[in-house]
Amino acid sequence: MKYATRMAAATAILMATALPALAAGQLNIYNFGLYTPPDLVKKFEQAYDVKVTVTEYDSNESAIAKIEAGGHGFDIIMPSAYVVPTYIQKGLLLKSEPSSMSNFKNVDPKWVDVTWDSGRHYTVPWVWGTTGVMVNTKVYKGDINTSAIILDPPAELKGKINVVPAMNDVIDMAVEYVGGQQCTTDKAVLKAARDKLIAAKASWASIDYASFEKFIKEDLNASVFWSGAAMRIRAENPGFAYGYPKEGFSLWQDNVAILADAKNVENAKLFLNFIMAPENAALISNYTRYGNAIVGSEKFMDPELPNAPEMNIPAKFKDAAHFQITCPPDVQQIYTKIWTELTK
Amino acid sequence: MTGADTLRRWALALPAVVVITLFSILPLGVVLVYSFLTPGDFGNVKWIFSTDGWFSVLFERNIFDDTIAISDANIGILVRSIVLSLITTLITVIFGLPTAWFIATRPVAQRNFWMFLITIPFWTNLLVRTIAVQEMIRSDGVFNRILLGLGIIHEPIQMMFSNFAVLLGMTYVFLPLMVLPVYAAIEKFDFRLAEASYDLYASRLFTLRRVILPLIRPGVIAGSILVFVPSLGAYVTPRIMGGGKSMMLGNLIDLQFGQGRNWPLGAALSITLTVLVLLALIWYTRLTSGRKERNHG
Amino acid sequence: MAKRSFDVTRLPGTAVLAVACFVILYIPMAILVAYSFNSGKVIGNWEGLSLKWYGSAIHNQAFLDAAINSLILAVTASVVSTVFATMAALATTRTEKFRGEGAIHIILNQPLMVPEIVLAIALVIIIGQIKQMTGYNGLGFLIAAHTTFCIPFAYLPIRARLEGMDLSLETAAADLYAGRFYTFRRVTLPLLAPAILSGFMLAFVVSLDDLVMSDFLKSPGQDTLPTYLMGELRRNLTSEIYAISSLLLLLSVLIVAGSWVATRKKD
Repeated sequence: MKYATRMAAATAILMATALPALAAGQLNIYNFGLYTPPDLVKKFEQAYDVKVTVTEYDSNESAIAKIEAGGHGFDIIMPSAYVVPTYIQKGLLLKSEPSSMSNFKNVDPKWVDVTWDSGRHYTVPWVWGTTGVMVNTKVYKGDINTSAIILDPPAELKGKINVVPAMNDVIDMAVEYVGGQQCTTDKAVLKAARDKLIAAKASWASIDYASFEKFIKEDLNASVFWSGAAMRIRAENPGFAYGYPKEGFSLWQDNVAILADAKNVENAKLFLNFIMAPENAALISNYTRYGNAIVGSEKFMDPELPNAPEMNIPAKFKDAAHFQITCPPDVQQIYTKIWTELTK
Repeated sequence: MTGADTLRRWALALPAVVVITLFSILPLGVVLVYSFLTPGDFGNVKWIFSTDGWFSVLFERNIFDDTIAISDANIGILVRSIVLSLITTLITVIFGLPTAWFIATRPVAQRNFWMFLITIPFWTNLLVRTIAVQEMIRSDGVFNRILLGLGIIHEPIQMMFSNFAVLLGMTYVFLPLMVLPVYAAIEKFDFRLAEASYDLYASRLFTLRRVILPLIRPGVIAGSILVFVPSLGAYVTPRIMGGGKSMMLGNLIDLQFGQGRNWPLGAALSITLTVLVLLALIWYTRLTSGRKERNHG
Repeated sequence: MAKRSFDVTRLPGTAVLAVACFVILYIPMAILVAYSFNSGKVIGNWEGLSLKWYGSAIHNQAFLDAAINSLILAVTASVVSTVFATMAALATTRTEKFRGEGAIHIILNQPLMVPEIVLAIALVIIIGQIKQMTGYNGLGFLIAAHTTFCIPFAYLPIRARLEGMDLSLETAAADLYAGRFYTFRRVTLPLLAPAILSGFMLAFVVSLDDLVMSDFLKSPGQDTLPTYLMGELRRNLTSEIYAISSLLLLLSVLIVAGSWVATRKKD
């Protein structure tokens, strides 16, 4: 009898340690790297007595592959606008109806009826930004507002250029550089963009999510880069500047959504509502250095943020911006093939 | 041996056999199956038979005019992996052999100390060692600072993200793997044989070639396999030192399962890499068993 | 004897190359350790001597969680794999050949023949399916994967020792009517202990060192020291990463020194 109780107790302990995922008070976030503010996480953990784990991914493509494979254990994902329709079509997102949450009133109306989730039934805005070029002006003295820095690199930058492995960002940039438009169906333009990329690749050092430190220490002097990330580099190495390519650049928005097979739905909903509060949205902007979509968050932001060049598209380049969307499947397929050819 | 005894021995080995079968042999079989399927839209596979994965290992179809050509990129990476691994092995022999010789010829009491010094890097995390060697060759790293300080160069030399960087990284992390088996072979060497050779007025070079080298050859072969095999499948070091452009096979495979979204191609490349490793091992077994026969004969 | 004009153990140039080899091995690590004491935030920019990055490392919850995961994983995987490997080594030595012995030997060495990245990807495919079917995504998968590739590392030294072991002691014990288990516990096991210890240490270090397998298979909250370090390497701006690396280096020095002392005593 004594032995039986001991076994029962041991089994209970084993079960308790082996199945922590079932315990209440958990939230598993799956987000891009360097994108989840630790102070925001801590504040949420303390406010709701929830243990948050953050796991990071590289790209929308690798994230959706992992989510689709199943058994991932995540509750929250941060898809970019252009992949949200794919997530919804594949039934990977929970229809969590953020528009009925108490803090939804804070969302800037222009970010509510968006093409990828009109009326916001699945997603909450996280941050928005642009994809441009970042270059070290100590080394390069020319015009910074051009994608020629990447695609027709000047001699002083050759071998010092990085390209982030973000398929649509990079191919859109090349398509616009050769005179086309995002998601063009014109084969001649696509071919020209492909040839341009392949030719330029010889001058690149890496196709990588290069660590910030590699720019700060000037192992790399230029990159296709995101505005907020560029601002963080500039804070550590003032030589770096962020340019808006006049040939065309993309404007994007990343979103927060609950996964259809989330185990901690209630906590996930709490998190969605939590980040729509202005003071919390400001924490996100302060950390990521991107703009958010919450009205009234500016007064909680770091003072240098609202006026930073990376946050404000100059008037003369406004027309060069396009909002990044999903291309039709046949174009997306060509994009993928170009990308495979480029990265292999 | 009786049947019952055989059964008992099998039972004793069973747990290890089951674990390896379930978590290594079976998964490898699944990879083989996947190499004959069709890629899914966002990674994964569709269960439709296709040989495209294997076809793309060596060939590629032009996106725009559907012509077929040999895939320079894949073959380039294949060749780079083999060549860099061979050079890594060669450099580790050049440094490892004298080091092992040096240690084995110290007085017994000192040998432990020198072996201790070789064992520490061997047991230090591979990532930590890669980070350490990166600090040497980056633009702002030790080499460039010294060269700039001496006035030999005026601009930092770009050493990162190149074949050189990958080679240096791999040589650095795999060097102890060469020293250990060569040392084991030399330590067993009976120096009276060399003495006998000298006594017979053999030259130093002759002694080295005819007496010493044949005896330590098994150690060098073992060390070469220990260095060559992990070099061929290296993933971490080329990823950090090569920056996604100076890729090796391991990185190309990883790419197909991530951004490339072509799992069948990744699976076919995985099998290719495994076969290459097996060929190296078979070559090794033949070389060593051939020696044994000669010794006995 | 007097004829010998020089020391046979001397080969010209070896000492120079050997010293070069030690310098090459140690300079990068020495620099890494030196920079871990840098008070400056940016890696490599020397701003003064400080221990502050060690302070921030030991208060870094993510680092501590990863260290705990790594320890649980390495201890479990190396204990299980050493037990299994010892059993398998006992089964395949000290006897005439039996049916299937060669097969067992090949199976036990198979993980060594497959490149790590291939095995990792193969397991991602299978384990993804299992996770989806069972809904379980605990540390069990990583433990199983680590145990698998640790088995050959534990098996090889134990088997080598058994092959070189003198059978007469066991036979003597059997002659004295000692039971099979008694003989094993009192005769075989003590003789085998140093090999089991070195197999265990090897398995432990191999598990602790693993990056690729853990990185591909981890579920939320399962970062190990190497995967955490890899993540940090790609983003972190601070010298803390060098402090963490130095701590790992210290750990391996301690392990090597420990095994040195342990085997010395046995001798």
